[in-house]
Amino acid sequence: MERVPILKIGDILLVSIQVDMSDQTAVALQEDLAERIVATGCHGVIIDITALDIVDSFVGRMLSTIASISRVLDAETVVVGMRPAVAITLVELGLSLNGIRTALNVERGMELIAAERDHDRHDEFDDGSDVEPTASP
Amino acid sequence: MTSGVDLSRPQAQTVGSDEDVVRVRQLVRTVAVAVKLSLVDQTKVVTAASELARNTLVYGGGGTVEVTAVDNGRRPGITIVFADSGPGIADLELALTDGYTTGGGLGLGLSGARRLVDDFDIQTAPGQGTRITITKWSR
Repeated sequence: MERVPILKIGDILLVSIQVDMSDQTAVALQEDLAERIVATGCHGVIIDITALDIVDSFVGRMLSTIASISRVLDAETVVVGMRPAVAITLVELGLSLNGIRTALNVERGMELIAAERDHDRHDEFDDGSDVEPTASP
Repeated sequence: MTSGVDLSRPQAQTVGSDEDVVRVRQLVRTVAVAVKLSLVDQTKVVTAASELARNTLVYGGGGTVEVTAVDNGRRPGITIVFADSGPGIADLELALTDGYTTGGGLGLGLSGARRLVDDFDIQTAPGQGTRITITKWSR
């Protein structure tokens, strides 16, 4: 069985799917990615599907599952590089890709993750100020 | 340029593992390109074939897929037959409903595949296996 490589770039894990994945390969990727998120403490995952001719319901479900798993592990997932024909087919197939963030390319995906983390940091700061309550008027 | 596939005859592929589902996708793509389907239509028919070949494997316990280049006199197309000798489908109408599944999937395989092709025919009965024929015509 082939395995899809996972690259670490700064605070981001980059997965570029270059093969026509068997279902087993897709499931293995799910598990490998969860382990790498925990091992590296990365807060972002970018899945580049530029090379994929099709996304069927199995791969679509895998993408949704990866997004959910990474969210639980405090990482944001962005799927990038979907081909127009793949997008058209996905919609007609009836796949909604629930909970998946998308961006046109890797660069924009990285910007999206950076913006998301920035936003989260501000939220944390706001939460922190609530820890010491002041007398409410 | 030759595709390496003899278009004058049906091309058969056994489906016994998920690697075979990958082979079905590749075979369907080769023939879809050869009969000059548009890129979107190639994508649709390969996706439909992937769903149905997976059904053949998961629900039918394996079977065969046959891919044929066809021509109805006006335009070329691709016909694919998925056959298994599995348990068959008892309630076809239910099986063709979006979101219905017995296998833990999304329930989009049959209904979604039907939307992606031009012709869709299914022959099945409990204990009689399942035979699905789909065709996509070039525009």
